[in-house]
Amino acid sequence: MSDDTVDETVEDAVEETVPEIHGCPVVDSNGQAVLHVPRDRYLDVVKTLADDGYAMCVDLTAVDGLELPGRRLPAGVTPERFEVVVNLLDIRNRRRLRLRVQVPEDDAVLPTLFDVHPGTEAMEREVFDMFGVAFADHPDLTRILMPEDWVGHPLRKDYDVGRIPVQFKEANT
Amino acid sequence: MGIVNDVRDDGLGGLSHNVITGKLEDLVNWSRARSSWPASFGLACCAIEMMATGAAHYDISRFGMEVFRASPRQADIMIVAGRVSQKMAPVLRQVYDQMMEPKWVISMGVCASSGGMFNNYAIVQGVDQVVPVDVYAPGCPPTPETLIHAIETLHGLIETNQILKRRDETGAGANVHVEYVEPTGVPVLLGTKQS
Amino acid sequence: MSEATVDAATIDEEPTDREPTDFYERSVAGTDEGDQQLRPRSEQTAKELMREVGSVLRMSEAEAAMLGELPDDPDDDQTMIINMGPQHPSTHGVLRLMLELQGETVLRCKPIIGYLHTGMEKTGEQLTFAQGGTNVTRMDYLSPLANELVFSMATEKLLGIDGDIPDRAVWIRMLLAEMNRMSSHLLFMATNGMDLGAVSMMIYGWREREEVLRFFQEVTGLRMNHNYIRPGGLAADLPPGWRDGVLRILDMLPERLDEYDILMTGQPIWRERLQGVGVITPQEALALGATGPILRSTGVEWDLRRDQPYLHYDEMDFDIVVGSYGDAFDRYAIRLAEIRESMRIVRQILDRMPTGDYRIQDKKVTPPPRARIDESMEALIHHFKIFTEGFKVPEGEVYVGIESPRGEIGCYIVSDGSANPYRMHMRDPSFVNIQCLPHMMRGGLVADAVAVISSVDPVLGGVDR
Repeated sequence: MSDDTVDETVEDAVEETVPEIHGCPVVDSNGQAVLHVPRDRYLDVVKTLADDGYAMCVDLTAVDGLELPGRRLPAGVTPERFEVVVNLLDIRNRRRLRLRVQVPEDDAVLPTLFDVHPGTEAMEREVFDMFGVAFADHPDLTRILMPEDWVGHPLRKDYDVGRIPVQFKEANT
Repeated sequence: MGIVNDVRDDGLGGLSHNVITGKLEDLVNWSRARSSWPASFGLACCAIEMMATGAAHYDISRFGMEVFRASPRQADIMIVAGRVSQKMAPVLRQVYDQMMEPKWVISMGVCASSGGMFNNYAIVQGVDQVVPVDVYAPGCPPTPETLIHAIETLHGLIETNQILKRRDETGAGANVHVEYVEPTGVPVLLGTKQS
Repeated sequence: MSEATVDAATIDEEPTDREPTDFYERSVAGTDEGDQQLRPRSEQTAKELMREVGSVLRMSEAEAAMLGELPDDPDDDQTMIINMGPQHPSTHGVLRLMLELQGETVLRCKPIIGYLHTGMEKTGEQLTFAQGGTNVTRMDYLSPLANELVFSMATEKLLGIDGDIPDRAVWIRMLLAEMNRMSSHLLFMATNGMDLGAVSMMIYGWREREEVLRFFQEVTGLRMNHNYIRPGGLAADLPPGWRDGVLRILDMLPERLDEYDILMTGQPIWRERLQGVGVITPQEALALGATGPILRSTGVEWDLRRDQPYLHYDEMDFDIVVGSYGDAFDRYAIRLAEIRESMRIVRQILDRMPTGDYRIQDKKVTPPPRARIDESMEALIHHFKIFTEGFKVPEGEVYVGIESPRGEIGCYIVSDGSANPYRMHMRDPSFVNIQCLPHMMRGGLVADAVAVISSVDPVLGGVDR
């Protein structure tokens, strides 16, 4: 695998030690394999993984990284505002794989996984509803949990929880 | 006085102990209290405890309430059981409006009474912002005993006609708060079968 | 097969000097089925995976509201779009369905959810990890211990203590998880019966469920929404006399389950109403992400307790119940059999329950015993910090999935090193299972729609979170 030539640069040495699946870096997170996929290769990688056996998409969700700009990511992956997280399951070989895709705030669009995994229809609608990340070619990208005329995306970090002040009966002011 | 075997022979006088007289209003309230049918408005976990109250162990059929009517037109009490979300609030109001007078509302559980532990954007902080509430039953979820206590309190108020009078004046509910009753944990006995 | 065809360029290039090692390569790899060649999974689109393209009615609520204003045209053989729910006696919670009907036949369907959206994931970010159990337990409110268990397991994995939880705590967790499976399936029996007309089944199912709830109340203090399984172990140990409670349930249930068999399983009306209704193929179920009894009813043997074991399920001897037809009757029968399998597991747990601690003695995570607080200042400070600030969880992200009565429930937590989760997401089984509804209902009657919803057994608290 490695050349072991003496005049290898340090950069090459570091790159070779990061394992890859289909060209994307794999990280071990608490014993689970996490694949960091660039946005332009997202759909292709998912399709290739489906060929590998990961035929079921268990979960598709997102994380708003607004308050975690300095989070640890492998080299070559720039942190963006949104991260879409996809959990895939290979029933035959009993293994799971997690994908993390960085999605920038100003162009919050990802290709839909509906064609490969029809079960992601509702999951992507939820991500759209809660975070505002749109999915291109999704058959029905409308709000699913909030009323259709709701303004704002509740799970974003800059969206307030909406607590009302509560006065406790037994508390002495 | 005695047993009337044949009215033609003994006359109506012997029937006096079989006849009840009273004010019409009292009789109507008496029957309203004992035959108030709930509209099924179970939303979340409290709905499960409401169903448990309707089941055999706690049995609100003793109080005349085991028929949960699906149609609001046929219902008297709306037991709002569970958290009311923003999307559900207009539906709640619509069902309440479709119920015919006299109607009462029991707010079951803390989420319906005040928003409960979910003080956030998604939950209406207290169903009394949408409909007038007569009895608040606390608990998360209220035990079936608490719900029965709330129902019986409401029945007591119906029987003495206090609620309707108040509703005419202010249009608000009775706003009665009941105490939380601890679950007793009595085993379910199957009649005469050995338990 | 002549040499010429084998060397044709349509076959994948294989080096000719390699010996074909197995049967497939020797006999099958050299063939070509042309247009009928099985294409790789990545090339199969949604259109082919799902039997029927047009099952899902995709219409926004604004459009649906406008439907009432369309002019009537009696000549036109129109389909009718009616609304079922959100307040309806036959939907399990506040599920709204828009059905497109042709007469009594359901053509397309759209499940509309969100009527119970509680913002639990947002609330989860405001609560500490120790308080998270109270929030999470109310999502799938029919199996609250499963929610708490998966949240606790995810937190423990992030903390790195998931291998150090005391044995007794793990066995008790397993006992409670199986009892919860029993109570949830008994409720399914009850509501399924009532939805299909066997109203007395509602009373019977609840009668049995009361026994299990009474056991829960003795152990956890509450009948529902227990907040008993916490990161680090449990809230308290089992009370003395718990064995009698469990044995009582195990003695009482088998004959009552046989009563259900008499009342429902063998009964012709029941079979007529459920067999062949709500059929889903294994390919569809896998494509939609369905798990649990729905997936198993199609014949796919996937149960996380056996295939990705957690707790001590790998030491337990139990069977996975699998159906063959993918219809509503299979799902009913699977759940009834799963009650019996759960009883088998509980019996084994009763025999093997070890002694020991009920929670890990890691000072950073577990509050000290109450008695020590009077003696030691350090213990008091620890107790204070754990309950006010909360314990800090190292940075990282993790996903844990377990088998709840409805399917795979998963918890995805992202932690930023503070005492609150940065992002807590629950992968709820019912949220994904509801996507199966349009495909199951297509071509059936409206009455079958009720049977189908009931067989999917959704819990809207988990769907909407």
